[in-house]
Amino acid sequence: MNALTRRGLSLATAAVLLAAVAACSEDANTPPADVPGVTAGEIVVGTHMPLTGPAAAGYSEIAPASKAYFDYVNANGGVHGRKITYKFMDDGYNPANTQTVVRKLVLEDKVFAILNGLGTPTHTGVLDFLKTNRVPDLFVASGSRSWNQPDKFPGTFGFNTDYTVEGKILATHIKATYAGKKVCFMGQDDDFGRDSLVGVEQVLGAGAVVAKEKYVTSNQNVAPQIGALKAAGCEVVVLATVPGFTALSMGTAARLGFKPQWVVSNVGSDYLTLSKVLGEGKPLLEGMVGISNLPSPVDMSDPWTAAFKKIHDQYNGSAPFNGNTVYGMSVAYLFVQSLQAAGKDLTREGLIAAVEKGGFKGPGLAPFRYSKDNHSGMGGGKLTKVTAGNQEFFGPVYETDSAAGPVNEFKEERPAPPANSIPAA
Amino acid sequence: MSEQTVTPSAPAAAPAPAPRRALALPGFLSRSTLLRHLVLAVFAGVLLYLLTQQLDPFRNFQLATVAAYLCATAGLTLLVGMNGQLSLGHGALMAVGAYTVALAQNRFADSGITGNQVLPLSLALGVLVTMAAGAVIGLAAARLRGPYLAGVTLAVAVAVPAATVTFDETFNSEQGLSVAVEPPPLSLGLYFPNERWQAWVALTGALLTMLLLANLVRSRVGRNLRAVRDDEVAARLAGIHVGRTQVLAFVVSAASAGLGGGLMALLAQSVSPGAFSLTLSLFLLMAVVIGGLGSLSGAVWGAVLLVALPDLTHDSAQWVSLSPAVAQRLEGNLPLAVFGLTLIVVMIAAPGGVQGLLRRIGARVRRRAPAR
Repeated sequence: MNALTRRGLSLATAAVLLAAVAACSEDANTPPADVPGVTAGEIVVGTHMPLTGPAAAGYSEIAPASKAYFDYVNANGGVHGRKITYKFMDDGYNPANTQTVVRKLVLEDKVFAILNGLGTPTHTGVLDFLKTNRVPDLFVASGSRSWNQPDKFPGTFGFNTDYTVEGKILATHIKATYAGKKVCFMGQDDDFGRDSLVGVEQVLGAGAVVAKEKYVTSNQNVAPQIGALKAAGCEVVVLATVPGFTALSMGTAARLGFKPQWVVSNVGSDYLTLSKVLGEGKPLLEGMVGISNLPSPVDMSDPWTAAFKKIHDQYNGSAPFNGNTVYGMSVAYLFVQSLQAAGKDLTREGLIAAVEKGGFKGPGLAPFRYSKDNHSGMGGGKLTKVTAGNQEFFGPVYETDSAAGPVNEFKEERPAPPANSIPAA
Repeated sequence: MSEQTVTPSAPAAAPAPAPRRALALPGFLSRSTLLRHLVLAVFAGVLLYLLTQQLDPFRNFQLATVAAYLCATAGLTLLVGMNGQLSLGHGALMAVGAYTVALAQNRFADSGITGNQVLPLSLALGVLVTMAAGAVIGLAAARLRGPYLAGVTLAVAVAVPAATVTFDETFNSEQGLSVAVEPPPLSLGLYFPNERWQAWVALTGALLTMLLLANLVRSRVGRNLRAVRDDEVAARLAGIHVGRTQVLAFVVSAASAGLGGGLMALLAQSVSPGAFSLTLSLFLLMAVVIGGLGSLSGAVWGAVLLVALPDLTHDSAQWVSLSPAVAQRLEGNLPLAVFGLTLIVVMIAAPGGVQGLLRRIGARVRRRAPAR
């Protein structure tokens, strides 16, 4: 028998065997059975996060904080007797990697839901996949308005206050406080910057923003943009920037002798993060107006911050306690609330119905907007100002919608955290 | 599919050792290269079809990714291995294909033309546009040697992602575009796994690429490519137009990369500059070197490694219990380190790459086997 015949014969045998097995497993027409990721004692949940790469600074602390909260809940008996296993995988903020890790989580690790997947470009790519597989896609960590499309993506819900709502609230403050001053805008060249500008112009009027500049994260030089803002004679500058670029913008402006009033969106206005980036230059942050919707990580008189700090010290002690930690724990708290509301017989449909029913109250200052036809996250925030190195809240909590609706004061008080910091069923 | 020369310094004129397989082939197959490759491709297609029936959806998705990478690595093998031109810009060429496919798919969807029959058309468009880009780069490349050529292709790798930022109206800056992709045809069944469909699409593209490239390598064009690689002066004396051959190699290689990029866009359902960074270009080059530059089969190993290594390192990192902080830091960086280490080890232990190593082992086993 010569080599080719032998090789051909072995390959043919293998092919026949494969074909025989293939004939036995015809799965194209049968719907999958039972609930993936849920057993009597466990719920498996997954997420994608930038643990390495350009976006990892700060953001990599979110998932461990959520996990710390879940560990605490598990140590106290879990939710309806089930322990929560939280698998977070690194996508390096690269959409191609997000595809792979989310598929691994859903198809291989059989997670029940994806929780708090981070990033607009990264998460946008997996919406279709999660929809096709009917995986609940809860509390996306981004303020893009894309998550609020209940008709197209019935399982996807946002968490952050969306950038348009933020823009409207910041503009309302500008209108009231800096009337008659020249207002300018600088934003990231994606949904973040664009949606924010829509909100600002919604309140101030289309022609009111004198100069509009944009940047991309891959180019660290913002001198041309800041120079243009200075040349336009801007007195108030709204920044829709990530922390690194808030710092860059302020530093560059200082170098150019340009001292406007900075009004900064939520993600780019955390004082702890910014002062770390600016180092010696942190006095530049003095007077900066920002916005937030979660309790301040430095204000231990806030009962929620105190409760989270206690859990943090016990389960996540090696990591710093900052805005990212509070964020991660708040997301985890909301998820446990949703699980409690979904009841003992946990299904994917049941969980989505529970979130759509809404009514969740927790550490957030502004109300959640979840309903059958609204899947966007929080609907407002409270302004902050840096005075003498302290970032403090001031004024009322504002709430509004993502369209032309008015900006209202939200008067309802937050509840105090439950005694054991775990939401009741 | 198998190429004998591994070392680029082998003189072109040296009589090639008689192809051993030809002895065992039936007459009609050894006479016609096209027929032989067609039979192999059909056979591989049937095997892969059966394989996709067996694999679970995640493995099918990985298989599809391997197939998409294979288009690019095969093209790069042709360029670097067969023609001796270096390219650090193949990731960017993939981006050209990917963005073209994304724009085409979205345009079709916007104008109400839906269904999977537009897929080949979008992919063909992607290939054509990338070929045009490849021709431009190839024209410049044909005049340059060594580090200067590397420099130009490096510039391409950096410039293409930057272009998506400059023309943000069309390419939507760093956020990128989402790609309108139809679910598998309903005729396959209501619960037909999407990943199996993706694997079929990508594997079809990869098989087609391999078939065409294998024929090209065995043809007169292929011999010209190798002649130019081995000695330009000798090639010129033999009547080969060196510049034209080099541009041709670049165009063919770009076409493959464009198809690979287009398939990636379909798999990821999104395109963004971050997915086609300089790192990807370097990874592709590393993959073909590890796989073995001498033959197209090396490109297969390279493509498999590109997908398997990150996955394997992730899984193996979970067996070792590490402190969360260390594990978190390792998560994304470990595959990079493993890839680099693999490259070093392969270069020391088997300069011919995985394929070269396999061939050596094969030869040794055959020597030991009793004479027939």
